[in-house]
Amino acid sequence: MKVTISLTVNGERVQRDVEPRTSLADFLREELRLTATHLGCEHGVCGACTVMIDGAPARACIALAVALDGSEIRTVEGFASDAAMTTIKEAFHQEHGLQCGFCTPGMLISARDLIARHPDVDEAGIRTAMSGNLCRCTGYQGIVRSIKSAARQLSSAQGKQP
Amino acid sequence: MKPAPFSYHRATSVEDAVAALTQGGGMARILAGGQSLVPMLNLRLAPLDTVVDIGRVESLKQAQEDAASVRYGSLITHAAFEDKRVPDGSNGLMSFVGGQIAYRAVRNRGTIGGAIALADPAADWLTTLVALEAKLVVAGPGNRRTVAAADFVVGSYLTDLAENEMIEAIVVPRRAPTERWGHYKVARKTGEYAESMAIALIDKARGTARVVVGATDGAPLVLDRAGRAFLDGQRDAALHAVIRDELMASGRQFSAARLTMHTTVAMRGLKDAAAK
Repeated sequence: MKVTISLTVNGERVQRDVEPRTSLADFLREELRLTATHLGCEHGVCGACTVMIDGAPARACIALAVALDGSEIRTVEGFASDAAMTTIKEAFHQEHGLQCGFCTPGMLISARDLIARHPDVDEAGIRTAMSGNLCRCTGYQGIVRSIKSAARQLSSAQGKQP
Repeated sequence: MKPAPFSYHRATSVEDAVAALTQGGGMARILAGGQSLVPMLNLRLAPLDTVVDIGRVESLKQAQEDAASVRYGSLITHAAFEDKRVPDGSNGLMSFVGGQIAYRAVRNRGTIGGAIALADPAADWLTTLVALEAKLVVAGPGNRRTVAAADFVVGSYLTDLAENEMIEAIVVPRRAPTERWGHYKVARKTGEYAESMAIALIDKARGTARVVVGATDGAPLVLDRAGRAFLDGQRDAALHAVIRDELMASGRQFSAARLTMHTTVAMRGLKDAAAK
């Protein structure tokens, strides 16, 4: 039996009837056609589906949409005009942080959260914090470089503000 | 994979959740953070008819403290411990452990009560709560009962919980400020389930030592003899031999490699605590 839920997704209020077994990831992709959220392992291991739920990163593949009634969701599409995310995306471009791009949306969401919580994160910290996002192109060197570069740029931009 | 269809009940209170479990007759399961249950549903490893979502029961998200202990609602997330958003009586051990579990995206939703209720032997909280001599408050139809964490876990994924009971809170007694904790974990990858882990609590001022080995093939093992041997001043090879003998005498069937790993991990946990 379907259940009516309403969510705020990337700032827009949406209301839909969902089956209890529908994951947030499938809800975003199939119902809302927000296909930047990728599904890899579908059991919470690979991190490709990482989105923001109520301001904190979470796995959309192991979150049930029905349980998130009233929540605020932000996907990588919702960060299109976000200044920090733009810096991170640019760094991924400059430092070869993506190859096939499948893991990239999850990488971006996790990286943005990491930099927001730990602006001075070092390389070891980046490697530990990003261990929940798998890149099967094994492009980790580039990804770590990208995040390091973005963190540096963002913290120096912060420093310049009065 | 996708889960098989199930029905969904959003519990309004602990009593309502327990009633839904009772009505489910063994085919209803509690959904807390969902970080283990939903993967199991996706893989079709958890047969159930009804998911009872306790996520809206606000009382389960609260922590209270008094002079003797801190009481954590079962829905408090690993990230809340990691970020020190809840009171601590463990000299920082619980915050450290919370930050060691899986990955941040999982820690933001995974809960202490859910981890204990599942009783995966490799779960970090299981070993930690046994080490800290925590008690669990279990809610059932019309009653509450308290059970020691050490008695709660019967074996791998096996607990003392009846079909219509749920964990409401975890009560952790305050540790002495003079006590030091040690931790050692072997995992193949950061955030992966442990192959072995140990927590040691040593209080030189009060003359106590407690060491617990987890991620075994069942409930965490409290190594009483090893703790006493440490207090008697035994170290290195002598202490190693005591730990090894105690693990062998535990009745578990450890392979030679596992026995060596668990012994080494217990040694390193003790060393970590002793060095602080």
